[in-house]
Amino acid sequence: MNLDTILQQIFNGLQLGSIYALIALGYTMVYGIIRLINFAHGDFYMIGAYASYGLFSAIGATLFFGLPANQATIIMFIISILGSMAAGGAIAIIANQFAYKPLRNKPRLSALITAMGVSMFLEYFFSALPVIGPSYRGFPEIIKKQLFPIGNAVISNYFLIDVGVAVSLMILLTLIVKYTKIGKAMRAVSLDKDAAKLMGINIESVITVTFLIGGAFAGVAGLLAGLTYPRIYPYMGILPGLKAFVAAVLGGIGNIPGAVLGSYIMGIAETFATAINSLIGEGIAFAILIIVLLVRPQGLLGEKIADKV
Amino acid sequence: MKRTSKLIYIVSIAILIIGLSFFGCKKQSNEILIGGVGPVTGEAATFGQSMKEGFELAIEEWNQNGGVLGKQIKFIYQDDKGDPTEAATVWTKLITQDKVVGIVGTAMSKCSLAGAPISQQNKVPMITPTSTNPKVTEVGDYIFRACFIDPFQGTVGAKFAYENLNARKAGVIFDVGNDYTKGLAEFFRDKFTELGGTVVAFEAHPTGTTDFKAQLTKIISNKPDVIYIPDYYNDAGLIAKQARELGFNGPLVGGDGWDSPDLFKIGGTAVENGFFTNHFSKDDPRPIVQEFVKKYQEKYNKVPDAFAALAYDSMYILLDAIKRAGSTDPEKIKQALMETNINVVSGLITFDKNRNPVKPAVIIAVKNGQQVYQATVNP
Repeated sequence: MNLDTILQQIFNGLQLGSIYALIALGYTMVYGIIRLINFAHGDFYMIGAYASYGLFSAIGATLFFGLPANQATIIMFIISILGSMAAGGAIAIIANQFAYKPLRNKPRLSALITAMGVSMFLEYFFSALPVIGPSYRGFPEIIKKQLFPIGNAVISNYFLIDVGVAVSLMILLTLIVKYTKIGKAMRAVSLDKDAAKLMGINIESVITVTFLIGGAFAGVAGLLAGLTYPRIYPYMGILPGLKAFVAAVLGGIGNIPGAVLGSYIMGIAETFATAINSLIGEGIAFAILIIVLLVRPQGLLGEKIADKV
Repeated sequence: MKRTSKLIYIVSIAILIIGLSFFGCKKQSNEILIGGVGPVTGEAATFGQSMKEGFELAIEEWNQNGGVLGKQIKFIYQDDKGDPTEAATVWTKLITQDKVVGIVGTAMSKCSLAGAPISQQNKVPMITPTSTNPKVTEVGDYIFRACFIDPFQGTVGAKFAYENLNARKAGVIFDVGNDYTKGLAEFFRDKFTELGGTVVAFEAHPTGTTDFKAQLTKIISNKPDVIYIPDYYNDAGLIAKQARELGFNGPLVGGDGWDSPDLFKIGGTAVENGFFTNHFSKDDPRPIVQEFVKKYQEKYNKVPDAFAALAYDSMYILLDAIKRAGSTDPEKIKQALMETNINVVSGLITFDKNRNPVKPAVIIAVKNGQQVYQATVNP
């Protein structure tokens, strides 16, 4: 492997890692607040992809007839970001309201199994819906692809969009968690639920907001994945969801910067391992994770807590 | 008294049943019966429908020219629903009840594998139009096929890349979890190397993945002239897209798994400058193909696909063998089939010792979102 190839593989890994990071954030936030591993999270990502697909099919270019193509594309892109966030967030809130909330004070295992049930329900329900169906759909290429050479390596405008959207949303999330009242409440609930309740924090509304943000991030990840890998189907969330979960564990589950770090490590490790040997590549990536977890069971940035699952 | 009348009753019913069954068995000597099987309902319904049309068109032509052995051909077409159990049932029915002379069918390899042992056991010659799994004809010496088997496409792809595209360095990416793409990839590599080319990278990807950039970066860094992608259309579209994104502008080559309109929906402009091997192209300029396309369009008002063409060919191969055998004796038909040398829609066909056809493949080019006939490559 020469230098250019290494550079190219780093770009590939960063692009993949950005999508993992957006999913992993939701995993880690929900875990931080209610100690629930929400296995349906990958399906929120799928719903985000289908929501933006539906938006493109429904309004397409007709709405902005008369506007120059460039502006129409930008408006379309912003609408689709908001649409996928709304869809991901809405489905997350609904799942919380109907599936997780009634089990709030039941053993943690019940909620975990319910999460798997929600995941399967979403996958099979969507593949049974006639408008969605179980087969692959090609995602429209709303933004024309452009390539920018860097040395012998190449990055595309899709790379810039993926990384750009992911990084700006992560900054936004950090600001929310650090400097807003709801962010403070989230940190308080995560630290000690009962004490937070005694301080007059409405726990349920904090949980709802957490699901909203997590679902919205997964929704955007679905849109970006649809644009980057233009093939969507109802089971598309399973594998990325699983990898994002592992990334969140690697970074230290419950820890927001940890999820981001874990996702980028995961993306780059997967890319390099696959490049070294494509047959056992994914195996190598997971082996690295196992080794890291053997050395640091709490994850790279996680704090040591006695009552781990 | 009562007992006697009961006995008479039973005996008369028995005679009636036996008589009826003789009636059913009575052979109409002015007809030759051919059985056909295909999935007309179920997950592969379009395959079976196309095949039915191909079979019937062939029979219509033969009957207009006086049938075979001086008799008219009668065709019985059965639905296997794409289900091996169902296939075995209809196979048994065709052979034991209808007493057909030969069977053409069916589409999917798993169903042909269920029917083939029944044909072999009862010594009824069988030709499958489209089952590509090598195991089908390995069942026995009465089983033939009209399509080429998977490995052959890899060989033809390599030959096309080396000779027609003048490629000397090739990269290969394939799905490690799928025997079809793996087989094509391995045979491509072997043939390409044998011709004198170099396979600069031979990369696998797991089933169900959407990101192929790690493998493609590795392939492209070795500067190949061509990338061979023997995946199905949905993976092939994604791989093509990502290869273009990484700056590869050379030709892409694939197999018959690319043959779907969805290739363009997923791959978009990235699959331009792509080529794939296929059984048949409606744009093939050979007169026999053009005549078939014209007749098919007149009869069914649509363009024939590869399933219709291969079904049409299978029927021609079988009837031609019966004609040369000069009788409906299965042993003689089998012998005649082995000596087949007939020019049909998918090319000049002979059979090798494993009863697989030796025939050319067509290369289809992707141009402006359309499939365009490019070349015919002989094995």
